[in-house]
Amino acid sequence: MLTFDNLEIAQGDFRLTANFAVQPGGIIAVMGPSGAGKSTLLNAVAGFTPVTGGHIAWGQTDLGPLSPQSRPIAMLFQDQNLFPHLTAFENAALALTPRRRLTTDQQAQVNAALARVDLAGFEGRKPGALSGGQQSRVALARVMLQGKPLVLLDEPFAALGPALKAEMLDLVAEITHSSGATVMMVSHDPADARRIADQVVLVADGVAHEPAPTAKLLDNPPPSLRDYLGDSVMRKT
Amino acid sequence: MAPRPVEIALATLVAGLVLVPLAMVIWRAGGLGALGGLGAADYAAIRFSLWQAVLSATISVVLAIPVARALARRQFPLRGALITLLGAPFILPVIVAVLGLLAVFGQSGVVSQLLQAVGLPPLSIYGLHGVVLAHVFFNLPLATRLILQGWLAIPAERFRLAATLNLPPSAMFRLIEGPMLRSVLPGAFVVIFVICLSSFAVALTLGGGPAATTVELAIYQAFRFDFDLAHAATLSLVQLGLAGLAGLLALRMALPTGMGAGLDRVVRRWDRGSAWLDGLCIGVVALFLLLPLSMILAKGVPGLFDLPASIWQAALYSIIVAIVSTALCLAIALPLCGSLGATVGLIGIAISPLVLGTGLFLLVLPFANPFDLALPVTAMVNTLMSLPFVLRALSPAVTELRTDYGRLSQSLGLTGLRWWWRIGVPRLRRPIGFSAGLTAALSMGDLGVITLFADPDRATLPLQMYRLMGAYRMDAAAGAAVLLLGLSLGLFWLFDRGARVNADV
Repeated sequence: MLTFDNLEIAQGDFRLTANFAVQPGGIIAVMGPSGAGKSTLLNAVAGFTPVTGGHIAWGQTDLGPLSPQSRPIAMLFQDQNLFPHLTAFENAALALTPRRRLTTDQQAQVNAALARVDLAGFEGRKPGALSGGQQSRVALARVMLQGKPLVLLDEPFAALGPALKAEMLDLVAEITHSSGATVMMVSHDPADARRIADQVVLVADGVAHEPAPTAKLLDNPPPSLRDYLGDSVMRKT
Repeated sequence: MAPRPVEIALATLVAGLVLVPLAMVIWRAGGLGALGGLGAADYAAIRFSLWQAVLSATISVVLAIPVARALARRQFPLRGALITLLGAPFILPVIVAVLGLLAVFGQSGVVSQLLQAVGLPPLSIYGLHGVVLAHVFFNLPLATRLILQGWLAIPAERFRLAATLNLPPSAMFRLIEGPMLRSVLPGAFVVIFVICLSSFAVALTLGGGPAATTVELAIYQAFRFDFDLAHAATLSLVQLGLAGLAGLLALRMALPTGMGAGLDRVVRRWDRGSAWLDGLCIGVVALFLLLPLSMILAKGVPGLFDLPASIWQAALYSIIVAIVSTALCLAIALPLCGSLGATVGLIGIAISPLVLGTGLFLLVLPFANPFDLALPVTAMVNTLMSLPFVLRALSPAVTELRTDYGRLSQSLGLTGLRWWWRIGVPRLRRPIGFSAGLTAALSMGDLGVITLFADPDRATLPLQMYRLMGAYRMDAAAGAAVLLLGLSLGLFWLFDRGARVNADV
């Protein structure tokens, strides 16, 4: 369980609070107007943004004192998710070890993960020689190999076309469903949320609200969400 | 990002390597009060240092203006090669250039022979004009590149607008080129002034005597000729003051960044001016740069096969010194590229090799024979001298890499040495290669602190070459010059190119 205990993040004029818990094993979409603090919330969980008050805990563990790499978290960013000088195989392998040499067992794991995201045969390619969708798949394979119980997605598929994005979201749902990981993903598009998210955390007016079931929230959006979504909320997919 | 312990340790080390010798110099001089005891010759050295630096900077900058304008507005074959050539003096060993200038402008050089053929007296290159000539040889290209950058930075729209308004050349200058020059020239002037102010090797070879001695050269003379350490220390104090003055001057001004990329553009404009004038400017500069180097090659290549054994010995020492200082410089610079790099780079501005050398000499004198330490001290001083350039070449690249991939690296646990090994070094190959090439070439060609410490058994190649020149063995010196030139450019090429091969960005 991910717990936000009177969390406060303040940066200059910006202030965000959160006080709720997320049940493990589901997909939570984080929605809200631009600049409301969706990415900031994820970065605080990951340990990249300093917390000014309260606590974030995973189970019984307070995440505060932990460095980003020691948190039970795998994260994908908006861009720069792969190192351009490393091959697909090497990028994915970084989930297991920073070393250049892998054990036979590790090699098999990496190959299996790449095969799982339909990239068998592309192991030796560098990101520059892969399409946008393939690059996303390599990053997802790495997330899978990291095997962390909490996955944070800060709009890593924003640059993909709608069909490809839907495909990636389905892949995320499939992978995390089988591993039992909890996913928090920033989203601008209610269609994304309806597609895979069980619950939605609304971030608006300096507050990250308690998760609410996706359909319920999007069908009857509170005023702050209605302003942001405009007419698109009426469109159900 | 807060400085990490390793950064603080390295920054302290560098500061210590600079400040402890400086403290030693001040102490040995007997405090700042020693400045009261300067003699007439010392004041002459101060005046000469300032005067030749002002002259060199003025002439370089003024001559560079028409050359830069010609390069900015003309497209011609080998334009790219010429611009590359303009960058070469930076890694050209001073002593090689001096020998080349002697071959052209010296007593028995090409120009003197032409003059004598028409019944005029030969040139004498030694003295103020020789020193200034050599400084212009080195800094005219630098000034040209800096001003060319200014020209190419003028937005194309302005030239288009000027063309539609049909502005006459005078208005064009007043409205577009004048303001650009006003912002670029002071910076270029200061950079060259600072470089020339602490000139040593040029003054050593082409100056000398009461009328043409810089403070740096006076330190050397007090050291080597009189072995008057107190006097050398006092002069070091003076040089420190001059460098401080220059540093302040440089800090007050937005200094241009030296190794600008993207000079391969031509400004598209509709008033082309005189093609003859532009051609003349470009031709004269190309000749001025190429003739001395061609003379060296012509004279030196035949002698390359019967060089004295001492030259090969010295070449070996020089290569070792160059490689050691390159490794040290990168080892210090890479971890410092984050937060403390800029501060440490500033320390470098205040360094004069001769002052540092004097301090180190005083420091080791009670414990060891300083002459035994000639090569390690040279490697260390060369490291410190290259540090500011290397930090400036590397810092932007490291900062960019940390911005782009910092969070990803951290979330994967790639930190410290692991980060450098897997991410930093592979991603930064090109700037690292360039920096290594720069350091190696500068160290290879350096004729500075080694002159204080050297004994007959331990000399670097530039010093051995200088000794040959002093003994008027000009053919052997020309051979050594070709070897030195080849080694300097070769080391630069090896590191710089080596890093580009298979570098996927």
